[in-house]
Amino acid sequence: MHETDMTKALIITIRDWWESQPKRPKITKVHLIVGQFTCVEPVSLQFAFDTQIRQTFLDGATLVIQETPLIAFCHPCQQEYHPEIGMQYACPNCRSPLEDIRSGRELKIDRIEWEEQPICT
Amino acid sequence: MHMSHDTALGINLLHANQEGAAHNQAHLDEWGITCFNVMSSPGAGKTALLEKTLVALHDSLQIAVIEGDMTTELDADRLRQSGVPVIAINTGRACHLDARMVAGGLHRLQQDYDPARFDLVFVENVGNLVCPAEFEVGEHAKVALLSITEGEDKPLKYPIMFREADCLLITKIDLAPYLDVDLNQIEANIRQINPTVTIIPVSVKTGAGLEHWYEWVKANLHHDRPSSTPDPISPALAQF
Repeated sequence: MHETDMTKALIITIRDWWESQPKRPKITKVHLIVGQFTCVEPVSLQFAFDTQIRQTFLDGATLVIQETPLIAFCHPCQQEYHPEIGMQYACPNCRSPLEDIRSGRELKIDRIEWEEQPICT
Repeated sequence: MHMSHDTALGINLLHANQEGAAHNQAHLDEWGITCFNVMSSPGAGKTALLEKTLVALHDSLQIAVIEGDMTTELDADRLRQSGVPVIAINTGRACHLDARMVAGGLHRLQQDYDPARFDLVFVENVGNLVCPAEFEVGEHAKVALLSITEGEDKPLKYPIMFREADCLLITKIDLAPYLDVDLNQIEANIRQINPTVTIIPVSVKTGAGLEHWYEWVKANLHHDRPSSTPDPISPALAQF
């Protein structure tokens, strides 16, 4: 299950951000945008995230995944189309190959919700 | 009471890996090394292809290999027969190489050899058609292999690998007479997803097509030689 490694990479990326913050906030929600034309399965990613964040700086945080569909643009037809993943990627109208991908390749940390940590003295 | 905040990041989920890949590539560029990331499913013939390639290009190019394998050094040992430096990376349970692992390999290359003497580094990735496509390691080009025994539908089922490839080798074409497989259909399925990829049908066994592959390798080398001595890769960075 490669989402385990994908999650590790995600956590490292979030940690880099977290460590750059002067107050090391408590992260409550991580919002991802995951395209359907990527190697990531959201359910597996969710599972791996929930498992891997235990007893880390992300403990208790929720992962919210927004999926984006695969949308391509056909230049000869000058219009967008939805390729059928696993079946057909060329333009259904003129059979031109998949060139421009307008949506579906996203693997993005969109935003992070956080709270200030209570100050312990 | 806690104040809630919302910070827009808009950064790639694999940002840390991409930074590592960019760092690796900066070192490769400083050393004047071109790097090809070789990927395929297990058994498509990556190691066999490299065995032939290392021998064939031995006189014209200085080559090293960074070899990713999950648990063994079997592939690395095979490639060492050619006399070329092979750095083995056991990925453990990880099913792909990432930038950090390859940084470790480059660090060893720098420790054990003069890296500026090399023209080309092949990174042989872990056999897997899915994950390696998303994890850049600092390569200048991605080379994917698809053996004809895998079937015509694989580019459709594992599109990311075929979309990302710069060069696609269709391997084991000597077996075509024994299979119900349509080479044209394989090519058409690849072209649907990636219209610009270079497709080279080869047989490592008979040698068919290999000259075209060697030509592609030579044509895609970066010829800039290093102009200054780069900083060493720090062990700390190699382990980030």
